[in-house]
Amino acid sequence: MSGPLLSVRDLSIGFGAFEAVRKVSFDIEAGETLALVGESGSGKSVTALSVLRLLPPAASLAGSIAFEGQNLVTLPEPGLRAVRGNRVGMIFQEPMSSLNPVHTVGRQIGEVLAVHQGMRREAARRRTLELLDAVGIPDPQRRLEDYPHQLSGGQRQRVMIAMALANDPKLLIADEPTTALDVTVQAQILALLKDLQRQTGMAMLFITHDLTIVRRIADRVCVMTKGEIVETGPTAKIFSAPQHAYTRHLLAAAPQGKPLAPPADAPEVVSASDMKVWFPIRRGLLRRTVGHIKAVDGVSLSVRRGETLGVVGESGSGKSSLGYALLRLIGSEGRIVVLGEAIDEKSGKALRPFRKHMQIVFQDPFGSLSPRMSVAEIVEEGLRVHRPDLNAPQRADKRDAALREVGLDPGSAGRYPHEFSGGQRQRIALARALVLEPAFLVLDEPTSALDVSIQAQIIDLLRAIQQRHGLSYLFISHDLRVVKALAHRLIVMKDGLVVETGAADAIFAAPQHDYTRQLLAAAFSETPHQLPGAPQTD
Amino acid sequence: MTVLASPAPIRKMTLSPLNRRRLANFRANGRGWWSLWIFLVLFLVTLGAEFITNDRPIVVQYKGETLFPAFVTYPESTFGGFLATTDYRQPFIADEIAANGWALWPPVHFSYQTVDIYLPTSGANPPTWMLSRDAACANYPMGVADPACNWGNFHWLGTDDQGRDVLARLIYGFRISILFGFILTILSSVVGVVAGAVQGYFGGWVDLIFQRLIEIWNSVPALYLLLIVSSVIAPSFWVLLGILLLFSWVALVGIVRAEFLRARNFEYVTAARALGVSDRTIMWRHLLPNAMVATLTFMPFILSGSVATLTSLDFLGFGLPPGSPSLGELLAQGKDNLQAPWLGLTGFFTLALMMTLLVFIGEAVRDAFDPRKTFA
Repeated sequence: MSGPLLSVRDLSIGFGAFEAVRKVSFDIEAGETLALVGESGSGKSVTALSVLRLLPPAASLAGSIAFEGQNLVTLPEPGLRAVRGNRVGMIFQEPMSSLNPVHTVGRQIGEVLAVHQGMRREAARRRTLELLDAVGIPDPQRRLEDYPHQLSGGQRQRVMIAMALANDPKLLIADEPTTALDVTVQAQILALLKDLQRQTGMAMLFITHDLTIVRRIADRVCVMTKGEIVETGPTAKIFSAPQHAYTRHLLAAAPQGKPLAPPADAPEVVSASDMKVWFPIRRGLLRRTVGHIKAVDGVSLSVRRGETLGVVGESGSGKSSLGYALLRLIGSEGRIVVLGEAIDEKSGKALRPFRKHMQIVFQDPFGSLSPRMSVAEIVEEGLRVHRPDLNAPQRADKRDAALREVGLDPGSAGRYPHEFSGGQRQRIALARALVLEPAFLVLDEPTSALDVSIQAQIIDLLRAIQQRHGLSYLFISHDLRVVKALAHRLIVMKDGLVVETGAADAIFAAPQHDYTRQLLAAAFSETPHQLPGAPQTD
Repeated sequence: MTVLASPAPIRKMTLSPLNRRRLANFRANGRGWWSLWIFLVLFLVTLGAEFITNDRPIVVQYKGETLFPAFVTYPESTFGGFLATTDYRQPFIADEIAANGWALWPPVHFSYQTVDIYLPTSGANPPTWMLSRDAACANYPMGVADPACNWGNFHWLGTDDQGRDVLARLIYGFRISILFGFILTILSSVVGVVAGAVQGYFGGWVDLIFQRLIEIWNSVPALYLLLIVSSVIAPSFWVLLGILLLFSWVALVGIVRAEFLRARNFEYVTAARALGVSDRTIMWRHLLPNAMVATLTFMPFILSGSVATLTSLDFLGFGLPPGSPSLGELLAQGKDNLQAPWLGLTGFFTLALMMTLLVFIGEAVRDAFDPRKTFA
């Protein structure tokens, strides 16, 4: 066949007056993987959706998208349907919302086969089983009758892949297919995609913001920013010799630096022993407790002044529950000592004086700020509770100092959260915590929802604040690269239990536990096949 | 020492962009926007019912004294009589005032319970404009020549079977219906929001028990209870309001509870808890704004429901005490006096207009707060 499989020329996409994508051109050869890389708002997902014309009706499309010589921009709707899900498959970021919760897995895959190949029930069932087997779902016979909620996140994404592959597409468009998954699962899915590609010879358009994934999976890379492709080239070349300033900026943006050396014999700020967070499972008419979900099961820790304790684990490992329990935001058992006083027996009003010593910053900067309060009100809220002695100008002074501390202009205090970007919002959340001058800060995935370049800035800011005030952090994250840049000591959690603990340097250099090794391999390896002992079950 | 006060946080008194868009959406619904204005005009006009239709003058200048009979009850001795209250419609009082000063009357000289003693026939009388001047003035002492047979004593919408002016009763009845509706709506919203907020915020056992109680409470037949209560005590305005409130607060609990249940796990609520903010403040400052949209959307419909409830109770004779002006009572009279269609027609058109306006306003409010339209 002559010419590339997919050839996009001068593609522009606009939403009203706003141009989301400007004059983008790229080619994909048969069997090749092209990665479209960019930060949020760069227009990469819109570009991917436009290939199958899946954009909302408000979007206007200009340019040409030629797939096997057919221009998809002008193709009428019936012709498009023959392409969608048939010759071009697509997988999305969030497997839970991409699968219909009221239909079984078997029925959803069967539907794709029935629509495009007119397969009868028996034939469809046989093909579905084949597909599920191919994407590595154990015991597919039984899984056929399962509903999406009965599967794990990784399994759901595998089902999505099976659906996309059902009709042997020539091209697979993957829009951030691993972003919602844990690192080890992420690695398995990437390996699976690479494997399937080798078997079927399909091409892949891979949209992601994560450069480590690009390095592992892509043959060629297009770097997008602000709706334009600024650089295109083979993966190795982009990583070794980036030409464009933005690409260099993106590559340099990975969280860097080392944690500061903590003072040698600093006093203990927070300690906890044998912490347990158990959620009862109730069954039957009388709601008798038949068992417990052990979110945190017997964890002990201590944090010294000026020290960062990293808590690492995958989703469901209990790391966030641990942070919440330490702040007494959820019920727990076990002794918690803050600044020399036990707080695990205290509640309500008695607990309030301790709240100002320990604060929390959340993952989602869009959910953690009340949309109806101005920045000034948000930052001052804690002062109103803990420093009733201050009058309005004094409060305003403290607020402005906190805003300056996190690198925001105090003049913006009258504005509302929606007027700020994600990174700025995270700074506001940090200012809200810092204004009380706490001794201990729980950081619950504070960088996970941010773009890489912003991540690095927030990490630098956290380090600077720690140095200035001798703050102690409990840094909860699934992202080992971020943890490495900040943590002095590490707790690795799995299923509510601590599997490994010790100095961060030692663990990164020589992990003792199998699970730790797996996490490290998934986070730092450069090819999808360096996964020692990665099990195939999710 | 000079203290440099940092500038106070800039609080714009103008509407936030979101509220401005909501207002624009509200205005875009032309039907609702016009309904609101018509309703407001009607409501404000009827609020001043005493100035439109009353059996007392608004201002009287009598022997150099300025009196305000519409607001102050003067004994008849003021004008040379002997009764405890003055009936300004009496010819000799009118003559006395005319001789020693002047009186400013409202356009219609009847109050809602004034019985016109000069009606041409007993029972329900048709609107005066349907009669010839001779017929209309037939029973006045001086017939057509009587100065009292004037525009002020005109029955624009006829009288009911007790000789009371329908227009006067209509205006006072409209006012009492709307006021009753407003008070009931506000009180039941306050109670409903508080109950829903507590259930949603605390959840668990509080929620479980409260919900079951509400289910039981909801299954109590409110109408029968009202019948029983009104057979024991004559229900006044406030008693009636209290009894209806007992059952109407439930309407809002469901939506407010759902909003609070949804929002209590938002991270900014957890953040406020971590700051040590008290439960009450969290509910008020962080959660209530979330529930306000649902509440405001619901309110016009609760209002029209309250008005309809009061009217139907009045219609059945279990509503406001006898003699009170009420639309329901007007409808009941219309039913009993089919030979006097002006009674039923007046009641019907007034109620239909009021309900239609309220529902149109409610629809426009719903559109205004619809997030799909707000962010479209």
